[in-house]
Amino acid sequence: MISGRAWVFGDHISSDAIVPARYLNQRNPRSWAGVVLADLRPEFAEQLGFGDFIVAGRNFGCGSSREQAPMAIKTAGVGAVIAHSFSRMFYRNAFNLGLPVFACPEAASLVHDGDRLRLDLFSGAIQDLDQESSFQAEAVDPYLAEMVSAGGLIKKVRKQITGH
Amino acid sequence: MSQPQTMSQKILSSRAGLPSVEPGAIVEAAVDMVLANDVSAPMMIRGFKEAGGERVFDPARVVLVADHFTPNKDVASALIVNEMSEFASSQRLEHRFEGGRSGVAHVLLAEQGLTLPGELIIGGDSRALTYGALGAFATGVGATDLAAALVTGRTWFKVPETIRVQLSGELGPWVGGMDIALALLNTLGPEGAHYQSLEFHGPLVEALSMEARQTISNLMVESGAKAALFPVDQATTDYLAGKAKRSWHSVAPDPEAAYSRTIELDVSGLEPLAARPHLPHDVAPAHSAGYEPVNQVFIGSCAAARLEDLRVAAKVLEGRTVHPRVRLMVIPATPALALAALREGLTETFVAAGGMVGPPSCGPCAGGHLGVLAPGEVAVATANRNYRGRMGHPGSRIYLAGPAVAAASAILGRLASPTEVVS
Repeated sequence: MISGRAWVFGDHISSDAIVPARYLNQRNPRSWAGVVLADLRPEFAEQLGFGDFIVAGRNFGCGSSREQAPMAIKTAGVGAVIAHSFSRMFYRNAFNLGLPVFACPEAASLVHDGDRLRLDLFSGAIQDLDQESSFQAEAVDPYLAEMVSAGGLIKKVRKQITGH
Repeated sequence: MSQPQTMSQKILSSRAGLPSVEPGAIVEAAVDMVLANDVSAPMMIRGFKEAGGERVFDPARVVLVADHFTPNKDVASALIVNEMSEFASSQRLEHRFEGGRSGVAHVLLAEQGLTLPGELIIGGDSRALTYGALGAFATGVGATDLAAALVTGRTWFKVPETIRVQLSGELGPWVGGMDIALALLNTLGPEGAHYQSLEFHGPLVEALSMEARQTISNLMVESGAKAALFPVDQATTDYLAGKAKRSWHSVAPDPEAAYSRTIELDVSGLEPLAARPHLPHDVAPAHSAGYEPVNQVFIGSCAAARLEDLRVAAKVLEGRTVHPRVRLMVIPATPALALAALREGLTETFVAAGGMVGPPSCGPCAGGHLGVLAPGEVAVATANRNYRGRMGHPGSRIYLAGPAVAAASAILGRLASPTEVVS
């Protein structure tokens, strides 16, 4: 169970907006975390509390396949991303990296910016403590759930080839 | 007997070693080619080492291309290219492109015959869909997926449903692949092909050049498509003659294959189009899409910087002058195209008109290098994304269009249809 503040964003938040290409030649993940979503909400990276949530609309992470986008969000300390829907590549990259992401159209439309949320990472149950309401995120494919339990794709492959 | 399958299902089942695959199933499949560029390579190399990788699965099937920040923009970019170069050498990779041999990956790989019909290709760049024009199942993935595939030669796929796209009609003057692509994005919307594959059919297909097919496949990722496949026909075979680096086998959908839906586009009467800021799906005829003053025109990128596109742009610009307010940047996508443009006199036309001609690379498309936008500036680009801040400052605005519209806009200093310039 994790809890934190909701930071609400709109529809079609592109990976260009999450980490603009002008920062992609940097190598330290902290440098991406420092500019995450800054073109849309300059205060976000600065005021974000550890474990806070991004709550977004449709097609979150659309556009480029850049893994720097979920990496920046994870490194910045976001507990989970809850969205109406995710772009295919962002969704895949998030699981590969171990960033928790949940599709929940109801929460995406009803949660207000600043609401305090509580999320059960295993069941996908979301509580809005300010509105005293609860939502259930869509189920995660068992193949992906297993990969997350294995610690992400790299650890899974490492175990396959080295045995540890 | 196996189930009837679409092209995507056939390629995925063949690479997964299964008689057939059903949409929704997750399969692990062998990949034919893995591409990384200077954005995805550093994280891929780190992941490869962390996963315990020692040798890549096949040094002939991994290709590294430095295209986003080339020629090296700064020390950080130079370090990335160094790292790619060292990795390519130590792994004895057969295909690596940097400096004067590099170009925009998705134009370069097709041109080099490294992406072939019936193949399963993953690229650390969303535009990998481009190779669908050759009849490959090609899709974009992140750097961690690339790393895992380098170690195992395999990756996982959720088998997508396929949308059948029926193309018909006759193309009018100044209308090309970019206009068809924008019309399709407008029809599909931002999520219309979410998690699905597109398969092109219909009488127009055989009339489409390989260039136009690549432009169309390239842009379909904007509707969430996982892959965008054209049939393998005579044009494909002719295009690959003397180019293909490996033997290849044609692939065709079964006549009884099941499609999730069919969308139709009749291109007769289609006008040159433009996508308005800040969504590639917000499309209108170029002559009425926007009236604001334009500051920059970019003719380049993996969407449309092939020879056909450069010829169209030169035809509009020939003997004319770029508007004094406009910075025109033309970037042929590969060294071979740069050479062809030089030999055909296209480069002379661009420079004489007042344009800059840049080195084969992604140029300003992603906003990282070679011509970024200031706040309030407006660009017209033959590129594939116009999200807020894509080409520089978040306060800038981008229109997407084909090379004819881009060239006409450069002359008039506002978004314009080519017929406003050329009779």
